[in-house]
Amino acid sequence: MTGAPMSTEVFTARGDHGPRPPLAARERIGAVTGYLLLVYRRTLRGTIISTFVSPLFFLLAMGIGLGSLIDERTGGLGGVPYLQFVVPAIVAMQTMWLAMFEATYPVMDYIKWSKLYDSMLATPLRVRDILVGHIGSIAGRLVVATAVFMLVASLFGGFATWGALWCLPIAVLTGLAFTVPIFGFTATQDNEDGFTILFRLIATPLMLFSGTFFPIDQLPAWMQPLAWVTPLWHGVESSRMVALGTVDPPWLALHLGVLLAFVLVAWVLCERALTRRLVK
Amino acid sequence: MAEEILLSARGLTKRFGDLTAVDGVDFAVHKGESFGFLGPNGAGKSSTMRMVGAVSPVTAGELRIFGQDPATHGPQIRARLGVVPQQDQLDQELTVEENMWVYGRYFGLSRAQVRERAVELLAFAQLTERAKDRVEPLSGGMKRRLTIARALISTPEMLLLDEPTTGLDPQARHLLWDRLFRLKRQGVTLILTTHYMDEAEQLCDRLVVMDHGRIVAEGSPQALIRQHSTREVLELRFDADDHAEFGTKIAGIGQRIEVLPDRLLVYAEDGDEAAAGVHDRGIQPLSSLVRRSTLEDVFLHLTGRTLVD
Repeated sequence: MTGAPMSTEVFTARGDHGPRPPLAARERIGAVTGYLLLVYRRTLRGTIISTFVSPLFFLLAMGIGLGSLIDERTGGLGGVPYLQFVVPAIVAMQTMWLAMFEATYPVMDYIKWSKLYDSMLATPLRVRDILVGHIGSIAGRLVVATAVFMLVASLFGGFATWGALWCLPIAVLTGLAFTVPIFGFTATQDNEDGFTILFRLIATPLMLFSGTFFPIDQLPAWMQPLAWVTPLWHGVESSRMVALGTVDPPWLALHLGVLLAFVLVAWVLCERALTRRLVK
Repeated sequence: MAEEILLSARGLTKRFGDLTAVDGVDFAVHKGESFGFLGPNGAGKSSTMRMVGAVSPVTAGELRIFGQDPATHGPQIRARLGVVPQQDQLDQELTVEENMWVYGRYFGLSRAQVRERAVELLAFAQLTERAKDRVEPLSGGMKRRLTIARALISTPEMLLLDEPTTGLDPQARHLLWDRLFRLKRQGVTLILTTHYMDEAEQLCDRLVVMDHGRIVAEGSPQALIRQHSTREVLELRFDADDHAEFGTKIAGIGQRIEVLPDRLLVYAEDGDEAAAGVHDRGIQPLSSLVRRSTLEDVFLHLTGRTLVD
């Protein structure tokens, strides 16, 4: 135990007694992401299975299995091989599932079961540091998972143009448009019961009816507006545009704007919900 | 030179909706002191502790920690505190040393600093051999020591311990008390809550007894016992469902009689003399035991209840 050194400065060193210099934002957020990186490293194997293998199944079943049937009968969707139609959509869709997993049980664990958020808040960290650090880490995970999936999908011939590289940032944005609201939802939940509803009644229908496997104009007219207000359809449409080289700038801007709005509005609500939950 | 006050509260109040958890308490803790909050579950100890830890906003009253207001200087205050929460809050999947490193980084310590401190503190907590093991299979006592070691990583000036030994076996408790005693000797200010009177007696220079969110007594353990209890206590058990009737039979013996569901407590300066008095009246208890007064007796006298109920 070192005593406070005599000093003309206001602050002592971090490990010494006396007023200590405040942490820069970079240090606070870096400490949270540094922790989560350790956690991710430890759970890598399970993560690979849950986040990567399942979109691969969709790629094989839909893109290649169903795709060859469709292409045989119709010559592809609007002249595009079904695989190249569906792969950019799966890129966007897998981010939704990743967000569903990452922003539900682990967040509830840190809030309620292990209370690790409480242990962080006992230090100089604040709720916002936790939120930025945790969601930033999830974003990092979205980048890695999406990049790996895209690489594999490209080996199967899933992309038509180099423009498909833009699918990566679009997928991350789509993933965040799910992560932030779900994170906020989790912060309001007393237990994990609500997650089942989220997975079964929201994620699954979204996956099926957001233009992922077929264009939404195949849906009954009353169902189409539902797709417009969910992030997935906007992610799927923009991802498909850049991958197929059919970018319609005003539409692309609209899709990305909606996704961004989801992130920003949800952020405000999420931070409020998490603060209410943790600071009592 | 007047002793430096690290922590002071005046009219400190915490309400959750209609529930008043802490009801206007006053206390002050000096540097180097070991200060305790003693009381049963639900007395408001943990709520007080969370406010002192600058994580829970104060509803009313004034709280100063290192002379600063937690409402405006939360991160600055927390940078100088070590917190041992009631639940360990460790990452069970990570190793012992990883838990230390991660936590040190929250205080802005460098990677080199946290590694160096972790080695020292794991030795202090007698966990060096488990440094590379996962936390999950460790015993309750080990996890508790790790939580204490972790709280010390930033060299805190004040260590807050919320029920540090609840749920531990006697051996683990004694080991922990020994470590806390060493910290105290190194000059670390300890603030702890407990519902064990032996723990309060072992560790606290001074304590407050809390009940229903209020402070009902304050002083050193010895002073509290002197003030609110007798030197000795005679415990009598009878072969009866209701001990109250025996209470009337032995009325007048000792200074005061307390009737509990399973026994009678006779407060007296000389317990053996009181036991002889009972015998003289021809009353035969199943068992009789003379012991010194403890804080439990103080609490019982002040609230009419035992501490752990």
